[in-house]
Amino acid sequence: MLYRETGQFKTSYAADHAILPIRQDRIGLALILLLAFVVVPVVADRYWLDTILLPFLVFSIAALGLNILTGYAGQLSLGTGGFMACGAFAAYKLATAFPDLNIVLVFALAGLITAGVGLLFGLPSLRIKGFYLAVATLAAQFFLVWLFNKLPWFTNYSPSGVISAPPRAVFGQVFVTGAESSTEAKYLFALTIAALLALVAKNLTRCKIGRSWMAIRDMDIAAEIIGIRPLTAKLSAFAISSFYIGIAGAMWAFIYTSAVEALAFQIDRSFQILFMIIIGGLGSILGSFLGAAFIVLLPILLNNAPRLVGLRMPTDLITNLEFMIFGALIIFFLIVEPHGLARLWQIAKEKLRRWPFPY
Amino acid sequence: MSFLSTIFVDPFVSIASAPLFFVEVLIGGLMAGVMYSLVALGFVLIFKASGVFNFAQGAMVLFAALCFAGLIDDVGLNPWLAFAVTIGIMIGTAGVIERIVLRPLVNQAPISLFMATIGITFFLEGFSQALWGSQVRVLGLGIPQQPWIVGGIYINQFDVFAAVTCGALVAGLALFFQYTAVGRALRAVADDHQAAMSVGIPLKVIWTIVWSVAGLVALVAGIMWGTKLGVQPSIALVALKALPVLILGGFTSVPGAIVGGLIIGAGEKIAEVFWGDALGGGIEDWFAYMLAMVFLLFRPQGLFGERIIERV
Repeated sequence: MLYRETGQFKTSYAADHAILPIRQDRIGLALILLLAFVVVPVVADRYWLDTILLPFLVFSIAALGLNILTGYAGQLSLGTGGFMACGAFAAYKLATAFPDLNIVLVFALAGLITAGVGLLFGLPSLRIKGFYLAVATLAAQFFLVWLFNKLPWFTNYSPSGVISAPPRAVFGQVFVTGAESSTEAKYLFALTIAALLALVAKNLTRCKIGRSWMAIRDMDIAAEIIGIRPLTAKLSAFAISSFYIGIAGAMWAFIYTSAVEALAFQIDRSFQILFMIIIGGLGSILGSFLGAAFIVLLPILLNNAPRLVGLRMPTDLITNLEFMIFGALIIFFLIVEPHGLARLWQIAKEKLRRWPFPY
Repeated sequence: MSFLSTIFVDPFVSIASAPLFFVEVLIGGLMAGVMYSLVALGFVLIFKASGVFNFAQGAMVLFAALCFAGLIDDVGLNPWLAFAVTIGIMIGTAGVIERIVLRPLVNQAPISLFMATIGITFFLEGFSQALWGSQVRVLGLGIPQQPWIVGGIYINQFDVFAAVTCGALVAGLALFFQYTAVGRALRAVADDHQAAMSVGIPLKVIWTIVWSVAGLVALVAGIMWGTKLGVQPSIALVALKALPVLILGGFTSVPGAIVGGLIIGAGEKIAEVFWGDALGGGIEDWFAYMLAMVFLLFRPQGLFGERIIERV
């Protein structure tokens, strides 16, 4: 009843091609954006902004990148952590080598450098598929983290090995990295980047290149037969995905943790982002956000639930229970809804269209 | 220029000038490779028979080793009884996994099953540590660890013991697969699930058997690794190292897992000892994967794997 699209007529091709053709969807998204940009920075306290919303935004961008590669193009990759590290260190080197460069440009260039690295490590995908490709990306993961740990050039020969992100500002005075930055500024900056990148990703998946990715994912030989070049499709997937993941890594280092260290980008990070897109929904832009929110909120929920219920449990038991519930939830989602939370949301929308009728 | 010479000249010079040391490193590497093979064996068994790439093999190694060590230390059973009870636990685990994870995901894409095994990994890791704690346990089984000196080369007795055990296990499994009805049924299921079902092979029973056998292999691997390193949660990470072994040997081949393990183990050690200094040390982390990746480009199915021919 609420969600009927009767009476909404499209009178131009542009209106027909819109990302959100239904007016209720557009109103909903406008409300969410209003909430996110205007209400949240005013209402939310520092804890929520710093420890929940900021990592959520950074992870969403990384999940978007991995979703492009694994969800849309079907190339399983376990090297996300390594590419994030690449983006973080590239941004650090650029920021310290060119102190006058705008931070947005720094991130974009770091993304481009990571795209190049991703292209390189994506070359094996032209010959190998599936789990074998996952092992090749594992090579990328371990090699890149080793590289950033070993070569002191990346940390600018810092004696302590602990490097912090240099402070940078947008619009002249508004600091978004470093000690002078306010949490609200960081949050809004990250939100803007995330929103823009999500829009770009959505449009990429709707046009020719996105369709070529999905064709390669579904049946790569058939795709080749009808004229889609696997080389361009796969390498572009790797490149664009690494661009996103590199920016996410740079944001992680500069905006979220203010420290550039390879330790934050180990193999667990790769698995964490893979889980986000599995639970959120492979091949879905909304799914990346939902999955990131789920994975960010779940440990907090699990940590606080016993306390709220009144149960006192030792912390190591809580940590182990977290692992167990994590694993159980992954299996549960794979069995019950293999297409993830995004599909659940789609089903909910379908039901809303018919409500109050059952069919 | 000097960097190039440290890569291409110096290591060979040092190998040539100290051949006994090289043989020692080689043998040490081969022995380490045997340990990798033990873990890879479990992967191959499950992949051969159920087509599932079981990422949880590492967690199963940890779980089996922890149960074994915990039964000996905390419950006070003697090692043989603990071994038998742990085998029972692994069979039970196999049954539970089959019922809860494999059966609902029967005809899904292999990637879904792979991700389900990642879920099993997390669950088993949390469960085994919740049950037995995460402190390092020393497995004192009386396996001798002193080195023998043969012709000027140090050979660790424990490594030889592990190699012999691995060989016995592989021989036993080979006989099992070739000459028993259950083994034939396992190979039939590996070929085609639905065809096997249509000739009357009970898929559920076969899967439980396979995962139990993999659990047994995991237990042996866990005991070996536990004696070498102590039973600790990082044993589960050995599973990641077994992946290059599988790439080299082929996913469906038991001798491939052995040969692949030996090559990876020897290659890693030699690279670390002779090339490590030139590159700053710590090459062991990624050398195996790079080797596997290079291998993949030239022979994607591994040394002994089945050739997947896709002609357009």
